[in-house]
Amino acid sequence: MKKTLFDKVWDSHVVDSVENGPQILYIDKHLIHEVTSPQAFAELEQRNIPVFRPDQIVATADHNVPTLNQHLPIQDALSRKQVEQLTENCKKHGVTLYGLGHKYQGIVHVMAPELGITQPGMTMVCGDSHTSTHGAFGTIAFGIGTSQVAQVFASQCLLLSKPKKMRINVNGKLRKGVLPKDVILYIIAKLGTNSGTGYFAEYAGDVFENMSMEGRMTVCNMSIEMGARGGMIAPDETTFAYVKGKEFAPKGSAFDKKVAYWKTLKTDEGAVFDKEYSFDAEDIAPMVTYGTNPGMGIKIDGHIPELNDISFEKSLRYMGFEKGETLLGKPINYVFIGSCTNSRIEDFRIAADYIRGKQKAANVNALIVPGSQQVAKQIEEEGLKEVFEEAGFVLRQPGCSACLAMNDDKIPAGEYCVSTSNRNFEGRQGQGARTILASPLIAAATAVKGAIAAPYEEEITVPA
Amino acid sequence: MEKFITHTSRAIPLPIENIDTDQIIPARFLKATNKAGFGENLFRDWRYNKDGSENESFPLNDTGYSGTILIAGDNFGCGSSREHAAWALADYGLKVIVSSYFADIFKGNALNNGLLPVQVSPGYLKELLAAVQNDPATEILVNLEEQYIAIKGSDKKEPFEIDAYKKLCLLNGYDDIDFLISKKGKIEEFELRLGSATKPY
Repeated sequence: MKKTLFDKVWDSHVVDSVENGPQILYIDKHLIHEVTSPQAFAELEQRNIPVFRPDQIVATADHNVPTLNQHLPIQDALSRKQVEQLTENCKKHGVTLYGLGHKYQGIVHVMAPELGITQPGMTMVCGDSHTSTHGAFGTIAFGIGTSQVAQVFASQCLLLSKPKKMRINVNGKLRKGVLPKDVILYIIAKLGTNSGTGYFAEYAGDVFENMSMEGRMTVCNMSIEMGARGGMIAPDETTFAYVKGKEFAPKGSAFDKKVAYWKTLKTDEGAVFDKEYSFDAEDIAPMVTYGTNPGMGIKIDGHIPELNDISFEKSLRYMGFEKGETLLGKPINYVFIGSCTNSRIEDFRIAADYIRGKQKAANVNALIVPGSQQVAKQIEEEGLKEVFEEAGFVLRQPGCSACLAMNDDKIPAGEYCVSTSNRNFEGRQGQGARTILASPLIAAATAVKGAIAAPYEEEITVPA
Repeated sequence: MEKFITHTSRAIPLPIENIDTDQIIPARFLKATNKAGFGENLFRDWRYNKDGSENESFPLNDTGYSGTILIAGDNFGCGSSREHAAWALADYGLKVIVSSYFADIFKGNALNNGLLPVQVSPGYLKELLAAVQNDPATEILVNLEEQYIAIKGSDKKEPFEIDAYKKLCLLNGYDDIDFLISKKGKIEEFELRLGSATKPY
């Protein structure tokens, strides 16, 4: 039978099937962090169940950590307790932890790929919906709830019904200034926030084939924003070159053997998807969102649609926008470049290239938060730190930061923030804060202009 | 987990689409290390005004409405995987959420906490909302065993789907951990196969 990439990885991980019910799926790697793991550890302890395979779990602290003075004890008592609880749980159960102060600490979806923990053909889970990021490697990776975190602790498996399959093809050449973030925001705007519910997505076509691993991770990261539990891209030479030499990647002949297997992880010619969509790269422009879900996106010079719908109108009221208006030139006081969507070195290189020799506008607070300690180190080594600081941007220490504002990095009520993160939900970046999702390039251009700006104005108009 | 067989209650209408888990429980309340007490902050930023007073126009604060069934707009529970959302809804006392669509992760989290997500057609959702909004004393009956939902006093029974295994778990109060642990032998066999020359990955 012709198989898709998803079928190949899924089927090779099925331990057993329950009659008329779900399958038992084996999980290769389990990533955990401080926010969604404590209740799972507690559950196990309460039931006197040991962690089954501690060697297949990797922990880091990211959601709730400060991005300033990480060498000092965390000031907020609840946050400190949560991070300490993670340390204690990992120690007690023999789980490797890259906690605050460790050179590998970082946002879980940034640090695992850059350490070679993420490898093609694996199954990976984490109590975080953006686990879909790792699908960029041809990995089945998805977010789970805390009850499932406990299940994986207890058995290294999950009980799941096999999702349906969808393929999204994008072919052609991307226009100047159009980044992977724009590609995924465009797809979600076209398909809607629940088009992927019940499905695993595969992204195919030359746009993804020509993308860097960082770009592929940005795309797969936001699969969940259209409801898909995960999104995958077939591994290729770009993938193998990225994984090769990483700390925990196989070495020497073991690596070559893996590559031989990874090369088989492609959707067979003629394999059938439950649904399929195709887009032309030329139609994609730099994107911004105007509403309170990631599907509410328009081309940067586009107009907000004129819909008569209670939820749509509620959303515009929250954002303070009118139907039919355009966002270009809207004054903006906050810019955030970070999050598991866009905090890899490539994102900061792109932003720094634009910013170099320019100054942020006086009204703007521009926050740069690297995804990991390794990215932070690269930012220094490549001289990007100076670029950001000379332009008046504030460079912080790694963590999830203002993406979900669990720490002190919050956007004030009523303020707009052009953000490279993944969710523009009400209050996501702080109570009453209004989020406009965009690429690192638009974020950088907006910070310089003090208003929503296209990086290359001559390139923004795309024929309808 | 508590058993769930049938449930009858008045209902609270919340006809907003795409209610994400950040609205159900905002991230700033996720610092707790246990599962208790999240109900206090359920829908925090919709339920309360900026000065901390109750937002009287929010359905949960409307004294006309009561009950343990929430009827919500399409695509309920999208966004973050935080199970705290299911804990908050259950801790508030809700037993059933009705919507025309549920996000995957939320649905699983709800089922793992004995909170039943009932997916109905968009048309029936409108009927339910209208019935409750017209008469808040309307009672809704949910029968898991026979897989239907109905407005009490009406002959119309709207069927709903649920995974057969999950249904069995809810009816009996089982959870997945016990089941998975009972499969340890198979799991270990699978691991041994992985270690062999035919290792698939």
